Amino acid sequence: METLLSSLRITVATMVICVGGYTGVVWAVGQAAAPDLADGSLITTPDGKVIGSRQVAQAFTRPQYFWPRPSAVSYNAAGAGGSNKSPTSMDLTDRAKETIAAYGATPENPLPAELAAASGAGLDPHITERAARYQAERIAQTRNVSVDRVNQLIDRSAFSPGGVLTPDRLVNVLEMNLALDNDAAP
Amino acid sequence: MSKPTSASILDARILVPAIGGAFRKLDPRTLAKNPVMFVVAVVSLLTTVLFLKDLATGAEGLGFSFQIILWLWFTVLFANFAEAVAEGRGKAQAESLRRTRSETQAKLLISADSRAWKDVPGASLKVNDIVLVEAGDIIPSDGEIVEGIASVNEAAITGESAPVIRESGGDRSAVTGGTQVLSDWIKVRITAAAGSTFIDRMIALVEGAERQKTPNEIALNILLAAMTLIFVMATATIPAFASYAGGSIPIVVLVALFVTLIPTTIGALLSAIGIAGMDRLVRFNVLAMSGRAVEAAGDIDTLLLDKTGTITLGNRQATEFHPVNGVTEQDLADASQLASLADETPEGRSVVVLAKEKYGIRARDMKDLNATFVPFTAQSRMSGVDLEGTSIRKGAVDSVLKYLQHHAVSGGNASADAVAREGQAIADSISKAGGTPLAVARDGNLLGIIHLKDIVKGGIRERFAELRRMGIRTVMITGDNPMTAAAIAAEAGVDDFLAQATPENKLQLIRDEQAKGKLVAMCGDGTNDAPALAQADVGVAMNTGTVAAREAGNMVDLDSDPTKLIEIVEIGKQLLMTRGSLTTFSIANDVAKYFAIIPAMFVALYPQLDALNVMGLATPQSAILSAIIFNALIIIALIPLALKGVAYKPIGAGPLLRRNLLIYGLGGLVVPFVGIKLIDMIVSALNLA
Amino acid sequence: MIQAILFVIMIIGGTALLSWPLGRYITWAMDPGAGQGKPNLFTSTFQAIGGSATRQTQDWKRYVFSLLGFNVVMFVACFALLALQQYLPLNPDGRQALEGTLIFNTTSSFVANTNLQHYSGEVAMSYLSQLAALMWLQFVSAAVGLAALAALARGLAGRKLGNFFVDVQRATFLVLLPLALIVAILLLFPGVPMTFQGSAVATTLEGVQQTIARGPVAAFVAIKQLGTNGGGFFGPNSTHPLENPTFWSNVLQTISIIIIPMGCVWMFGRIIGRMKHAAVLFTVMLILMGTRITGAIGFEAAPTHAFASLPITQDVGNLEGKELRFGAAAGPVWAVVTTSTSNGSVNAMHDSLNPLTGLMPMIGMWLNEDFGGVGVGMINMFLYIVVAVFIAGMMIGRTPEFLGWRIEAKEVKFAMMGLLSHGFFILVGTAIFAVTPWGAETLNNIGPHGFSEILYEFSSAAANNGSGFEGLGDNTAAWNIATGIVMLLARFIPIILPLAIVGSLSTKRRATESSGTLSVENGTFAGMLTVTVVIVGALTFFPAATLGPIAEHVMFMK
Repeated sequence: METLLSSLRITVATMVICVGGYTGVVWAVGQAAAPDLADGSLITTPDGKVIGSRQVAQAFTRPQYFWPRPSAVSYNAAGAGGSNKSPTSMDLTDRAKETIAAYGATPENPLPAELAAASGAGLDPHITERAARYQAERIAQTRNVSVDRVNQLIDRSAFSPGGVLTPDRLVNVLEMNLALDNDAAP
Repeated sequence: MSKPTSASILDARILVPAIGGAFRKLDPRTLAKNPVMFVVAVVSLLTTVLFLKDLATGAEGLGFSFQIILWLWFTVLFANFAEAVAEGRGKAQAESLRRTRSETQAKLLISADSRAWKDVPGASLKVNDIVLVEAGDIIPSDGEIVEGIASVNEAAITGESAPVIRESGGDRSAVTGGTQVLSDWIKVRITAAAGSTFIDRMIALVEGAERQKTPNEIALNILLAAMTLIFVMATATIPAFASYAGGSIPIVVLVALFVTLIPTTIGALLSAIGIAGMDRLVRFNVLAMSGRAVEAAGDIDTLLLDKTGTITLGNRQATEFHPVNGVTEQDLADASQLASLADETPEGRSVVVLAKEKYGIRARDMKDLNATFVPFTAQSRMSGVDLEGTSIRKGAVDSVLKYLQHHAVSGGNASADAVAREGQAIADSISKAGGTPLAVARDGNLLGIIHLKDIVKGGIRERFAELRRMGIRTVMITGDNPMTAAAIAAEAGVDDFLAQATPENKLQLIRDEQAKGKLVAMCGDGTNDAPALAQADVGVAMNTGTVAAREAGNMVDLDSDPTKLIEIVEIGKQLLMTRGSLTTFSIANDVAKYFAIIPAMFVALYPQLDALNVMGLATPQSAILSAIIFNALIIIALIPLALKGVAYKPIGAGPLLRRNLLIYGLGGLVVPFVGIKLIDMIVSALNLA
Repeated sequence: MIQAILFVIMIIGGTALLSWPLGRYITWAMDPGAGQGKPNLFTSTFQAIGGSATRQTQDWKRYVFSLLGFNVVMFVACFALLALQQYLPLNPDGRQALEGTLIFNTTSSFVANTNLQHYSGEVAMSYLSQLAALMWLQFVSAAVGLAALAALARGLAGRKLGNFFVDVQRATFLVLLPLALIVAILLLFPGVPMTFQGSAVATTLEGVQQTIARGPVAAFVAIKQLGTNGGGFFGPNSTHPLENPTFWSNVLQTISIIIIPMGCVWMFGRIIGRMKHAAVLFTVMLILMGTRITGAIGFEAAPTHAFASLPITQDVGNLEGKELRFGAAAGPVWAVVTTSTSNGSVNAMHDSLNPLTGLMPMIGMWLNEDFGGVGVGMINMFLYIVVAVFIAGMMIGRTPEFLGWRIEAKEVKFAMMGLLSHGFFILVGTAIFAVTPWGAETLNNIGPHGFSEILYEFSSAAANNGSGFEGLGDNTAAWNIATGIVMLLARFIPIILPLAIVGSLSTKRRATESSGTLSVENGTFAGMLTVTVVIVGALTFFPAATLGPIAEHVMFMK
């Protein structure tokens, strides 16, 4: 009985402090210091409509856009997930064949692996610089601009996520596509 | 019983009966005492039944199953054989003991005061009966002398043919059943009923009949049983895994994997190791009352050693004569020799020897001199000799000085006082150097001091250094005064000493050490040692000691040699080490066995798994067969090691562990890879599988 | 490759360095000094909060009883909150009732510090469920482990065990809370959300609607990592870009996973007063974990086998199920670290790891002691220490002793029971589910990999880990009940048995150590312990591993 009583008292105390107090403090700091980040890094149009989250991949299938990595959940940000297929699975081979067909990759112009492999959450917002350049020609053709111009955009956007620790530079697909639209508008 | 001998392990007289013993031990009641081997027997039986069923229905591939089953049974038999060999060695010793226990007749006294007796069979004696034993009689049972003195031949138990004196009262009153009185007569109060005498216990011990598992052995058995359970799980789940993969594994193969994985090597040899450990002790003429005591011996932190006989030669020896002013050395030597002629103590004899060697004084005959010997008494604490008009006294310095004061010619005079002070000064300097001073006086005048010296045994210093490396602290126990004790302690290299020891402060010392978390060993013989012997974790009673001492200790040294404590500790350590090393070896073996059997087992399910066949074994069948053959043969191969014990080296715990890990751990890892590969080559050459 | 090495050195080496001062701090918090007579300010506060039961010193039975009693209350509270979530506030997205066996499984999972998730957070849970039920348990279940270790260490030091109710508050309020606050606030800046607003609805550039789940993630993730809980706010855990947005948030989280388990070893050493012994244990753990990290990075450098015959450039290893922003080594390093510590969060999909890479996390869960869960990892290691000391002790010819305590039948029995039960849950569970539709019908992959999914799930439950080969369709009644039971038993058996060992030791005369006793402070013992862990802990699973990851490897990767 004594045990139960003490357990209950400690339950209440930990709930109040660790759930109420702790969450409240972190929330307050987040909302005060970086409200944009704390709310999910949303990108809005000037008129306030939400386009997406900077952190979250969205589906791009039109040829004038950079395409993100494949998503096992069709870029569902309310139910994310990976393929969970073994790297030895034929299912992956079949899926990759579709991807190859979409990009029109050939043995002479092979597809970078990151464009064939699905990400863990299916929401990876990045592709590598190399994967972006791989798509530059298609985008340039569709948008009727020079490949150089697309490449210049890639040059401007690419970053190393971990400095010297990550040799492969990345670009954010949604931001690049926004830039393409803004750039191509006039 | 023989003195320690290195009876050959491969003695046909032991090996041949052991083969029969191996089969007799298939009795489930015997097997059940050893969980690991019991499990092996059960699965062997199971596969045999299945095999017979298959034989009846005429299934295929029975030759392979048959061989596996054969080797499974061999595994059990080899384990039984190991135990039987160990017991056989004990039995051989028990035989010789038993011969001494032939039916004796006893002379039961009608009443303790009279010498009237009636003839009864020795076996009918009860505790507290009083019997008369006369010259030529065999003492019918263990007992204590209540009256009389006799010389007794104890060769039956000690192997020593020189007779020993046993007398009532004091520390030599215990007699042992089966020993023979050579002269005189004694009345003995029986202290052990028939069947529980000392010799009976010895027989039971060496035969291993009443062997109780020791605490460490129980713990190890639990470990082995748990390992066995783990591998029950590991193998019993394999059929389910295989069924997922769309195949099945023959029961006999599963059993083969199981038996090779469980710690059969140590399981098979465990009881042999225990019996052999006890046996080593017996060969050393030490009887442990329980296996627990042997194990405790290995754990000893503090060793209490009596100075006399253990650290120093039993007796002090005269090394110098220090005359007082005005007396010549020659004169002192002459008087000392006269005083010691009739003194049969070793000290007395050493005085005579010194006088002869250093001063050329020849031995004289007491009768020729018409001298009377004045023996040593507890009151006077002096001995001496009286011859015409002259009396010479020799004794402890303070006693002699006191005696001189009393017998001073005409009251104290100044010169006598000066001489006394001089004598005292010489005595003090001798004490400080660790010697014992002995004053000699003639006709009321102090002549000088004899320097008796404790002779520290050769090599004892190195021995203590060795013990120190083993982590054992030595404490010297002595009745000497602290000054003398300190000097000898320093010379012998013991870590500590207890001077002016009494039974009480000895007991207190043991309690103090134990309170500090130390295990203490000591040896003793007197009745007043009994409390300390009982308190010590390992108490070794001397066989010459009293019944009380023998009952209080948990070991008895038949040779009554206190130095043996050191060897006893080593035997205890060796016993545990052998168990530990073979356990390690056994468990380390599993790695190779896995690599032999797992690919063979699963290659039918996934042919690519042949890549795991790192030993390149010929076929799956030969791989499995080789593993099980290796597993059985290694038991036989290790029997000599189990019986002899892993060599103990006093190099400290760290290096010892490294050494044993290297030999038995790494060895256990590597040996089966080589062994299984070799057996596989033979098996495939003979087309067995 | 050079980047991978630098990355490992930075994360593992850096954390190892940080764990030293942390260990000092945890000791201060958990075991406040020699001032036994008058409790310090914190102790008296905790006694005031906890009431009368906090004022007695407890023997091991009393301590275990209190621990179990508190866990019952934890279980009931969590179960009730989850079962009633549809009626309770803080549910902006209107999450509905949960199915009964899922509630049982989830509650068991979080009480047991496992955080195996048969649900997807952003789909099934209200914010209240996430915070008051699950995050609350992430604090207190980790605190329970830390309390148990403190009691164990005190017992081995020859002292009274202490009081569970005080210890659990010390662990919660003094250790976990401040660290969680620091990590949570640091996580805000890479962009982990902290909001009570419901999901955001976006219209993408291509004009499609995308619902973006969010919530009070930062607070949740901090304690998820620090308490070796591992339960993600979102279904895909720390692969989710909102749960782990950048390379640096990933570094911070990896450090958070392992720092307290590392600190626990030092705390153990400080309380027993044997820092050299702690250093030996730390080294052994580091070697065991380092070996698996090396293996994982090496095996994962092999490209995706499924793409081998296709026109695909593969020069960065297997990328299926991985996030690009973390870099190539981050996935395998995390996979090993999270399974070494019974954390179970993931930053790459373990189901999609190369076969032998996937074996490394499994081995971590089979051993479950380097560095293990908060508190309990060191406790598990204690079981191996008992076995190693017993065998090594015999080899030097003495009755085995650990810190002067004689290891005899009872201690060996309890230690082996603990190790035995771990293997039992994994092997027997896997066997049953491998041959029944319970397992076979829930697989996402065929052949050996499907077998690995079952094996992994039971390993994870028994190791109180919580990660999974998540392709497995594990939200079924059979899986929920089976793993729920395994998690609870596998949680409490290895806590109770070591405390029982200490209880048994405390009745004995403690021996002093000398040059003749086994030293547990040198390289020889480290080697002995390592070999014991590998042979006793991992060898049992060799047949299972052969039919799972090893078979898959030799079939496809050779």
